[in-house]
Amino acid sequence: MAEILKRNKALAVNPLKASQPIGASLAFLGINKAIPMLHGSQGCTAFGKVYFVRHFREPIPLQTTAMDQVSTVMSADENVIEGLRAICEKSKPALIGLPTTGLSETQGTDIKRLVRDFYAAHPEYAHIPVVPVNTPDFTGCLESGYALAVKAVFETLLPTIAPPPASGGAVGKRKKQINILAGSFLTPGDIEHIKELVEAFGLRPLVLPDIADSLDGHLTEQESSPLTLGGTPVGEIASMGESIATLVLGDSLNEAADVLQARTGVPDYRFASLMGLDAVDSFVAALAEISGKPVPEKIERQRAQLQDAMVDAHFMLGFARVAIAADPDLLYGFARLVAEMGGEVVAAVAPARANILSEVTADKVAIGDLEDLETAARSQHAQLVISNSHAVETARRLGVPLLRAGFPQYDLLGGYQRLWVGYRGTRQTLFDLANLLVEHGQHEPAPYVSIYNQRSGEVRATSAAGSTH
Amino acid sequence: MQAKDIAELLNEPACAHNKKEKSGCARPKPGATAGGCSFDGAQIALLPIADVAHIVHGPIACAGSSWDNRGTRSSGPTLYRIGMTTDLTEQDVIMGRGEKRLFHAIKQAVDSYAPKAVFIYNTCVPALTGDDISAVCKAAAEKTGVPVVPVDCAGFYGTKNLGNRIAGEAMFKYVIGTGEPLPVSADMQRPGITVHDVNLIGEYNIAGEFWNVLPLFDELGLRILCTLSGDARFHEVQTMHRAQANMVVCAKALLNVARKLETDYKIPYFEGSFYGVTDTSMAFREFARLLNDPSLTARTEALIAREEAKINAALDPWRDKLRGKRVLLYTGGVKSWSIVSALQDLGLEVVATGTNKSTEEDKARIREIMGDKTRMITDGSPKALLGAVKEYQADILIAGGRNMYTALKARIPFLDINQEREFGYEGYGGMTELARQLALTMQSPVWAAVRKPAPWAKSAGLGVELGGG
Repeated sequence: MAEILKRNKALAVNPLKASQPIGASLAFLGINKAIPMLHGSQGCTAFGKVYFVRHFREPIPLQTTAMDQVSTVMSADENVIEGLRAICEKSKPALIGLPTTGLSETQGTDIKRLVRDFYAAHPEYAHIPVVPVNTPDFTGCLESGYALAVKAVFETLLPTIAPPPASGGAVGKRKKQINILAGSFLTPGDIEHIKELVEAFGLRPLVLPDIADSLDGHLTEQESSPLTLGGTPVGEIASMGESIATLVLGDSLNEAADVLQARTGVPDYRFASLMGLDAVDSFVAALAEISGKPVPEKIERQRAQLQDAMVDAHFMLGFARVAIAADPDLLYGFARLVAEMGGEVVAAVAPARANILSEVTADKVAIGDLEDLETAARSQHAQLVISNSHAVETARRLGVPLLRAGFPQYDLLGGYQRLWVGYRGTRQTLFDLANLLVEHGQHEPAPYVSIYNQRSGEVRATSAAGSTH
Repeated sequence: MQAKDIAELLNEPACAHNKKEKSGCARPKPGATAGGCSFDGAQIALLPIADVAHIVHGPIACAGSSWDNRGTRSSGPTLYRIGMTTDLTEQDVIMGRGEKRLFHAIKQAVDSYAPKAVFIYNTCVPALTGDDISAVCKAAAEKTGVPVVPVDCAGFYGTKNLGNRIAGEAMFKYVIGTGEPLPVSADMQRPGITVHDVNLIGEYNIAGEFWNVLPLFDELGLRILCTLSGDARFHEVQTMHRAQANMVVCAKALLNVARKLETDYKIPYFEGSFYGVTDTSMAFREFARLLNDPSLTARTEALIAREEAKINAALDPWRDKLRGKRVLLYTGGVKSWSIVSALQDLGLEVVATGTNKSTEEDKARIREIMGDKTRMITDGSPKALLGAVKEYQADILIAGGRNMYTALKARIPFLDINQEREFGYEGYGGMTELARQLALTMQSPVWAAVRKPAPWAKSAGLGVELGGG
């Protein structure tokens, strides 16, 4: 059980944290023909848009209520109603996400009432669901904002469409349909693979949010769109109550899953991580149990391939000293994988509190920034850093390699779609971790030249042996 | 090379193997042989000489499958890492163009890379077609002004061990004695210390491990004229005849060089090893004994006392983890007893050892070190090794790299001690690395993970239960 170290300094240096409104936006971007509109100033949206454009290398639909000086002081209610109306009229979305920001929360907005006011003023748009969610950036992080948005989707959509849980009659009506609540630690590549695993058992996955369908980076016939192209169809969300089971991926989605469970009665299976043999075993075992089918040979083979990779990679990863900075679920998953390989997480940093942090396989988890990671990694002699692209300089100063994971990855093509989970994703992760450590070659003695050497004028190797050839 | 030359090389009076048949070590059995050829042995012995262009004369199989395959390290030039071969074609063979191509190849190497010398390794095909590589080397040396050394080591001449001797013979015949060392410069003289010149024969600086030991030579005032051949330079090999004492490191491979230096230049030698605390100390004591310098003897004893105290303190925490663990050692040859001593220094129990290539003298020494309980294993096939691991309830198999995947596929912890390995274990400092690697693999959680059955499997887990459960 990890000890949680509170943030203990005034200045955040090299921040690790991305805000809750960003996270909520990401969740809405995984819903088909949707658009998030941040209730805040223009900048809240503009920065978020750049953040995602650089990470996904995709156009990102994101709107703003554009609060200005007057509306901030007097009232921004009209901005929300006018913004919703404009989007409905212009783009005819299937859903509008409405996350708040630090600005509107501080002002004291009542976002749910504003949605009711909007429908009252514009009954012609009653068929377009608007999902309000309170996501001030002065609390939480990307992961918690994302989770709040998923929860809000259920709170908004399920009571009006799904049958009351008491009847229970709808559960399992769609015999092959299985709900997947996908946490923010999953990439489009991860979700694609999870769908394949589920389909291998003859089941039909209904993923929410499904960024694998909207942000996987594919060319479309449509040249431009103000809305998401792909993602979970809004109509399907209503049918989640008729699935036979729900798989909850990520500890951060527990509260959202509680709401889904309470309102539909669909039984759920929860997984904190899908990296590493044990985690994937539990997931595959659950699919076998739910489907009543044996584990397909193809998946057994992937499992055996992972086991072989574990054996091959343990020489490099055993006793390896790893520093990780990431949102809580991702941090937990990587730390568990490192521990399963006999390595040690010597520095762990998360941007915000979460229940899962106490389960992280490290002595301490600091709530903090990349400076905290750098300090801890240096004093603990970490050999490798796992974090986002902001840690490039951190790793360089530490003189150790970096494995890029999490948000944002702006200096790496394809980082957004990389597969980390399942037997296959874990296997590649182990190879990459091991290769980074081998390339860095810290285990060899430094070259030593005898004081009596007779090699005048020879160009000497100065750095570690690995780089001298 | 003529039959009588081969016979002469096989007759090595200084080698304990010599008493039985004159076959170097063991005659290969068709259909049941593992191990390299003479070319392999010769190339391995000389390739670490860093400022030499090493040209393999033959079609591609010889160099193509073996170049850049060694873990030996240089503190300076990296020319030895550049793979060079004449890559003979069918037309070369049919039309007899091999010699011509070799001559031009030497010229090209000299023009492009300005080597201090060129070594030509003869292989089977040109040996069969009758290329006169000595004559080509002589002509090329005259033309280029750079020493060109023929190493006539076609694979069919015999075993890898014979190849080592061919390499030694080539050095003795063409290189040693062709240069003189510089006097020790005045600023390197320290009061009370007489600098003695020594050679190390058969030290390859795998993974830079000799750099663990070299500083201690400097401290004692022992100038190493040449290590044949780890991190060596051509000029250093030329001066080997001026040493006052030689050490044959851990293998009988280049024993002929030491013997000839004794006969022709009256340089005494001893056989020793830098693996393990005991043997490392022993090596320094032997130098002091052969050099017969009372000041050196006193300083050597002080150094040993200091280094042993330091390393014993560093090893204590590792000994707690390793004590009583059971080791199956399969190295063959003289390395067996030198590694046994290192393992015993760490508190491990060697339950069985391979003696396939050991002499009666070696076996006697193993019995002396390990006691009567020790089993000797002669069959090194994968099946026999795995059977032995099971039978003797070993916790780990220590063997050469070719056996690594035999062990790993059977889910058995493994330590590689052969020349391709990535870690250096020599000297006092190397012992901590050895201890670390042993603990790393034996304690790794991956073994339990890969032996246990999948949660949905009905059968028991795979792999061998080790160490009595």
